[in-house]
Amino acid sequence: MVESDGKNRLGALPDCIEMTETEPGFTTEINRRSGVNVDLCWQCKTCSGGCPFAESMDYHPNQIIRLVQLGVKNAALSSSSIWICVGCHTCSTACPQAIDMAAVMDALRQTAITEGAAIAEPHIHDFHKEVVNSIHRYGRTHKLEIMLRYNLARRNPFADFNLGLRMLQKRKLDLLPSKVRRMPDIRKLFKKKKAASHAG
Amino acid sequence: MPDKKFLEFSYFPGCSLETTAKENNRSLYTFCERHNIALKELDDWNCCGSSSTHSIDHDPAKWLPTRNLALAPPGRPLMAACPNCYMRLKLAHMILNQNGDDREEYKRLWGRDFDPDLRIITFFELLSDLAEAGAFETHKPGLKGMRVAAYYGCMLARPPVMRHERNFYGLMEKVLLSLGAEPLKWGYSARCCGTFLAASRPDIAARSVADIMAGAEQVRAECIVTACAMCQMNLEIRSRLPGKTPVFHFSELLALSLGIGGGKGWFRRHLIDPRPLLRARKLIG
Repeated sequence: MVESDGKNRLGALPDCIEMTETEPGFTTEINRRSGVNVDLCWQCKTCSGGCPFAESMDYHPNQIIRLVQLGVKNAALSSSSIWICVGCHTCSTACPQAIDMAAVMDALRQTAITEGAAIAEPHIHDFHKEVVNSIHRYGRTHKLEIMLRYNLARRNPFADFNLGLRMLQKRKLDLLPSKVRRMPDIRKLFKKKKAASHAG
Repeated sequence: MPDKKFLEFSYFPGCSLETTAKENNRSLYTFCERHNIALKELDDWNCCGSSSTHSIDHDPAKWLPTRNLALAPPGRPLMAACPNCYMRLKLAHMILNQNGDDREEYKRLWGRDFDPDLRIITFFELLSDLAEAGAFETHKPGLKGMRVAAYYGCMLARPPVMRHERNFYGLMEKVLLSLGAEPLKWGYSARCCGTFLAASRPDIAARSVADIMAGAEQVRAECIVTACAMCQMNLEIRSRLPGKTPVFHFSELLALSLGIGGGKGWFRRHLIDPRPLLRARKLIG
């Protein structure tokens, strides 16, 4: 990714991984949560070569895997990459070892949340929370409310204001949610998780 | 229509087609009716979980799609219109097929046995069968030589456990060709649109969208057609190029090739107005 002016677009990528704070149990934990054996990865970097969003990440996908292999927990959990990854599976499709990168990223995000790690991309986290809350409330996503609540959560009520207006004019955004009738079905799926985490 | 046999599917529209992409939903129904295909919307379906749930909340992400599987009546396939909903439903079905404990939990949750034989398909599988049967040759007036860039996005990429599922790369081009359009070769047909980054990090998504839209302009595409309703929206809302290439849902082009679409209100809902192009091509009045 070297530009014509000779500058590296990737900017501040670290030259080496700080090995000072490794936690051996971390690799096992991420393997368990994701159902992936990260040690299958031999760092061929095919994933990062094909990743459409690598240039916006602090660590490239292969480097995230490396951090997990080596147990460098804090760096992995507080990276922006685990939030910027959208799980498009472009990397997994090309991976010679068939590593399910999206599952590893899911495991890392969820671990970051449960362990209270610093969230490098709070906007993305806030957005996910609003989508999940909407599903919890209605059983389906209500996009207008998600965007309004998300804007409030990040104290920027007028973000995308013009776009929102145009979408309303075009009737792309419904004022009222489309709802599931039997909502107890949906609520029990969210309660289930709470019960399990209290027990654990 | 050559396909005289009456086909029936359970149908999962998903949140996008239910709300922001109603024009996708309606044109899909219209197309299916013309081919004697009945879509029976899954009664009281719920969100598949979307990208956000599996990102941050493992358990609801795992179980949300299973409720939809339980709602599907036996004996007919379950068809999803959205590639991502399809993937969530299919993955849930694969996990249940592999895990006895999960099947027990499914029974406890939904009060019925898991159906290991439930067939889950995407709209593209149906299209592929119709293409095989030559069903598109009869579409009149066709698409009149319109230059179309077919955009698949990440529909082509799937998690490793789904590697051996059918892949439909090239299907849109094949169908477009039989509809009398000119499908174009271009470099961005599988470049991800950015999904939720369009909302939460629009700066990043806009770069991806700009590459895709510029790629379409490079090959002088008159329009882009997408396989996924969310891609369609992201390309429209995050495009910052001065030239406005319209973006269609594939179902809209299918209906247009049958001479249906003008006066239906579908194209009024687009943020990049496709009507000037459609009028110039005499596809609407």
